[in-house]
Amino acid sequence: MAEAKTLGEHLREQGVSRRGFLKFCTATASLMALPPTMVPAIAAALEQARRPSVIWLSFQECTGCTEALTRSYSPTIEDLIFDFISLDYHHTLQAASGDAAEHAREEAMRANWGQYLVIVDGSLPGPDANPGYSTIAGISNWTMLEETVEGAAAVIAIGSCAAFGGLPHARPNPTGAVAVMDLVHDKPVINVPGCPPLPMVMTGVLAQYLTFGQIPELDAYLRPRAFFGQSIHDRCYRRPFYDKGLFAATFDDEGARAGWCLYRLGCKGPSTYNACATMRWNGGTSWPVEAGAPCLGCSESRFWDAGDFYKALSVPTDFDAGAVLAAGAAGAVIGGAAVALSKRRARNEATHRAPVTVDELEQKQ
Amino acid sequence: MIDSESKPSVADGRTVPDWDGGWAVMRQIREALRCLVERREPRQIDLRGQPFAPGDLERLLGWLGRGEVAATVTALGPTRVWESAIPGVWVVEHRDGEERPLALQIEVAEVPAILRSQPEDLERALALLDERLGASSAGQL
Repeated sequence: MAEAKTLGEHLREQGVSRRGFLKFCTATASLMALPPTMVPAIAAALEQARRPSVIWLSFQECTGCTEALTRSYSPTIEDLIFDFISLDYHHTLQAASGDAAEHAREEAMRANWGQYLVIVDGSLPGPDANPGYSTIAGISNWTMLEETVEGAAAVIAIGSCAAFGGLPHARPNPTGAVAVMDLVHDKPVINVPGCPPLPMVMTGVLAQYLTFGQIPELDAYLRPRAFFGQSIHDRCYRRPFYDKGLFAATFDDEGARAGWCLYRLGCKGPSTYNACATMRWNGGTSWPVEAGAPCLGCSESRFWDAGDFYKALSVPTDFDAGAVLAAGAAGAVIGGAAVALSKRRARNEATHRAPVTVDELEQKQ
Repeated sequence: MIDSESKPSVADGRTVPDWDGGWAVMRQIREALRCLVERREPRQIDLRGQPFAPGDLERLLGWLGRGEVAATVTALGPTRVWESAIPGVWVVEHRDGEERPLALQIEVAEVPAILRSQPEDLERALALLDERLGASSAGQL
């Protein structure tokens, strides 16, 4: 349950020194992608903050988002649960099950009516779909979302499934899956997409709410601008190669070994907004592009239906690597033309793409 | 520790970009140092948000070098602080109790904030000392 004590009081009771608190605030500022000059303001806000009750609903999902969060480095899930928030319901993590778990959710709602946060991972069958596709304790996902959101202060849709429908929503969408924002219209909704989202972004959004008591500035897709305000491409360390027109054409050619731009290998960095290029994964160790894999665009709406992950929609099939090398400084022009072609081809494919049939799948195998 | 091997490059060196994440931060550090020297205004740079390529951070720390001061603060896990070879440019590395990285910053200041005695602690300092003096005179220390 949410506590009457402030976070400052809570930390002092645990024997956390002022230097420890300063360090905590510094790490929180870094987590929220805020400049270090904000540390004093964060310290003042956290000193007075109270732990909010959080109800976490998992619908049509793979548990990847929870997996990513529980492997978060800063803060650890223990910090998150015991210091930042009061996680009162999460049916994957909690010990209780069945009716006892549902009673915990109802009790948390009653005790914190109007103030608790609802986190959702996973899409859910829409109002017109068969509710039997996904139920918890015999309750349809939509009914559970509707009744839980009623007393919430805000809803955070974690992962691309909750934010945009994700994999369940991909063609042919057999369960009639929809995103949280398709159903919740009378409460603030924050989308934190990604498959999974960056753990630090998930905890950063929670920390920001805890610190400032309000939802962060959002973009048109309800994503926090602090983390989704810039494209992967604009912050990518391989960007200079793109500007020079130097692209890896295969995963093992000279360009790939030299660390050239992965655009031709299907990288969706130019059209993907996320913080992977700066925050990285696994405690800041690396990220897909650094490991030689193109960005799949997993934080964008309907990325599963956007075509082959490893085929550059923007590059003609007769593209010649030698010609690119010879072009040298003209590369930026080529890249610009490729972007325009990408948009035309994407529009064309969206118009003409037909669902893959079972027969076709059999043939491919 | 300079890592020149991991930077993308080819044998003849023609394709190395004239850009480097570490070098960009060095320009930020220079601006911060100018503010410190001219206006005694301390600044901090969060290294987590930088678009570093493999090896950029190691190269940056290598360029900065090590000065004559190093300290460890033990509060919510270790925080290691050292002055670089450039006076006034400090590296502050925060880790948690299990040595996992929490934050890495460049602090351009006369003394990093975390090394200073904290005002709230100073308010209690006299009482704490008097308590110990009392204990000492009573033969408890």
